[in-house]
Amino acid sequence: MKIRCALIGSGNIGTDLLYKLLRSDVIEPVWMVGIDADSDGLKRAKDLGLKTTHGGVDGLIPHILEDNIQIAFDATSAYVHAENSRKLVEKGVKVIDLTPAAIGPFCVPPVNLEEHLSQGKDNVNMVTCGGQATIPMVYAVSRIQEVSYGEIIATISSKSAGPGTRKNIDEFTVTTSGAIEKVGGADKGKAIIILNPAEPPMMMRDTVHCLTKNEPDQEKITQSVLAMEKAVQAYVPGYRIKEGPVFDGNRVSIFLEVKGMGDYLPEYAGNLDIMTAASAKTAEMFAKQMIENQK
Amino acid sequence: MSKIIKIHDMSLRDGMHSIAHQFSLKNMVDLSQALDKARVPLIEVTHGDGLAGGSVNYGFAKHTNSEYLSAVIPKLKYSKVSVLLIPGIGTINDLKMVEDLGVKSVRVATHCSEADVSEQHISYAANRGFDTVGFLMMSHMLSAKDIVEQARKMAGYGANCLYVTDSSGHMLPEEVTEKVSAMRHAFPDLEIGFHGHHNLGMAVANSIAAVEAGADRIDGSVAGFGAGAGNTPLEVFAAVCDLKGINLDIDLSALMDAAEDVATPIMGDKLPRVSRGALTLGYAGVYSSFLLHAIRAEKKHGVPAREILLELGRRKTVGGQEDMIEDVALELLRAGG
Repeated sequence: MKIRCALIGSGNIGTDLLYKLLRSDVIEPVWMVGIDADSDGLKRAKDLGLKTTHGGVDGLIPHILEDNIQIAFDATSAYVHAENSRKLVEKGVKVIDLTPAAIGPFCVPPVNLEEHLSQGKDNVNMVTCGGQATIPMVYAVSRIQEVSYGEIIATISSKSAGPGTRKNIDEFTVTTSGAIEKVGGADKGKAIIILNPAEPPMMMRDTVHCLTKNEPDQEKITQSVLAMEKAVQAYVPGYRIKEGPVFDGNRVSIFLEVKGMGDYLPEYAGNLDIMTAASAKTAEMFAKQMIENQK
Repeated sequence: MSKIIKIHDMSLRDGMHSIAHQFSLKNMVDLSQALDKARVPLIEVTHGDGLAGGSVNYGFAKHTNSEYLSAVIPKLKYSKVSVLLIPGIGTINDLKMVEDLGVKSVRVATHCSEADVSEQHISYAANRGFDTVGFLMMSHMLSAKDIVEQARKMAGYGANCLYVTDSSGHMLPEEVTEKVSAMRHAFPDLEIGFHGHHNLGMAVANSIAAVEAGADRIDGSVAGFGAGAGNTPLEVFAAVCDLKGINLDIDLSALMDAAEDVATPIMGDKLPRVSRGALTLGYAGVYSSFLLHAIRAEKKHGVPAREILLELGRRKTVGGQEDMIEDVALELLRAGG
């Protein structure tokens, strides 16, 4: 059996996620929800056999019980997420939040997914694309020794940044900074996002700078960082360390590149991939747990 | 009397790039007092990368933006202070913090093709009654028509002034004329500004071209402070304006004194010039604040700064991508070794 789910938001992220869920062994995407009847995402979902509505979350709510929807992904915007989540949770649906609203606890799979499985929260937040790419690395350093400051710079191609991302740019920096501290384990976090319009579009790239409290143990940190690269690659195959870790005094810097799987947008849009792949992985773990409990 | 062209001093913001953001509070106060005396109407004060600019990526300033602003603002009699806000680095919360210190002018800067990331910030500032400027960085990378289209978004969010910003000091006067004229015609009711860098030695000529094309505001710094080879040297620009009958309504002698007696000693041997590196920025169309970072990467990794900057130009990097400098240096090192 598979756990049935709904996708709210038919933009770049929602549509990319749909392709990933169609490959899942434990999740079946049943509904795609948008607000624009002409959106490319809704059209594709319909062609792929999903039920669709352009009536927003309210168009979905009456069908939740009869269609047995147990998980919903919200890829709309930070502004409408709280209301969407309230309506879904009320119907007993587990919500995975891909907006930077962050009303639920942050989830970065290789760092704290296990913890969320045991806690059974109604709503988990997937931070941001930049957070998913970099926070595992901040954690890879902080699990070796204390990090007093963690900073990340996420650069994405202009073509991969939809209107939601552009309207939520402050939410990106604030949410990512918070998660660098809460999940990454840095005493203080800072996040910077840059959009680059170069043609052909550049691959998503991220830089992570950690300032360690004491002199960095180069060997241990390097091992930890390389192990984390493998852990992320398990669900994002195009994730790689380009340079580093580079050590300079108490600064540890890691330069990353994220090549997407080209599901919806082409390979350069690694920012979509890492967000949707992390969300799909999180949902699959929850789904397995649900299946287990129903046996 | 001809219209008054408003000059906007960059010495205490863009000038921060020239010394890795290390002005003391006294430096800031002394220079802002000298500019106030010369009746410079607007002075920008922040980290070189604006509100929340302090970072490993761009460098940490000697003091916080709040400390600088609190030291400078209460002592000014004539000049007003503006701040720079680059969405993706600073947020509306950062703007709210300085609003409480008396800042009523903000320049919201985006890469020239990405104006829509400024919606939140421009709308907020305009609604709060700020002098709200839309600042289109790296304007050499877009056609005049596309610049106007991006500026139209900022105007729609509420900006009262729109800038053609030559962040790389790559433009020549005819390009400035074309782009500023296009903006002038598209937005007859808004102010138009020009921000230059002196990397090709063209900043004064470019700024004059901007005024002749209808610009209302011109940015510059005394003694040529500013990233790369510095901004338009204000005292030189002011003298040329005087000869040409362009009215700035400032005290030229006091401005010259500010440059010579106050600004120059602060910078010492770090006074910007058209060095090999700065010239490379202008030539290759690279963001001016990359200069010191590229020189640092040359020292650490032994790859010539010029090679790094040329490669950054080929990759069409934009403002804020300082993190590419070490990355590219390491890549070149590997390719060469």
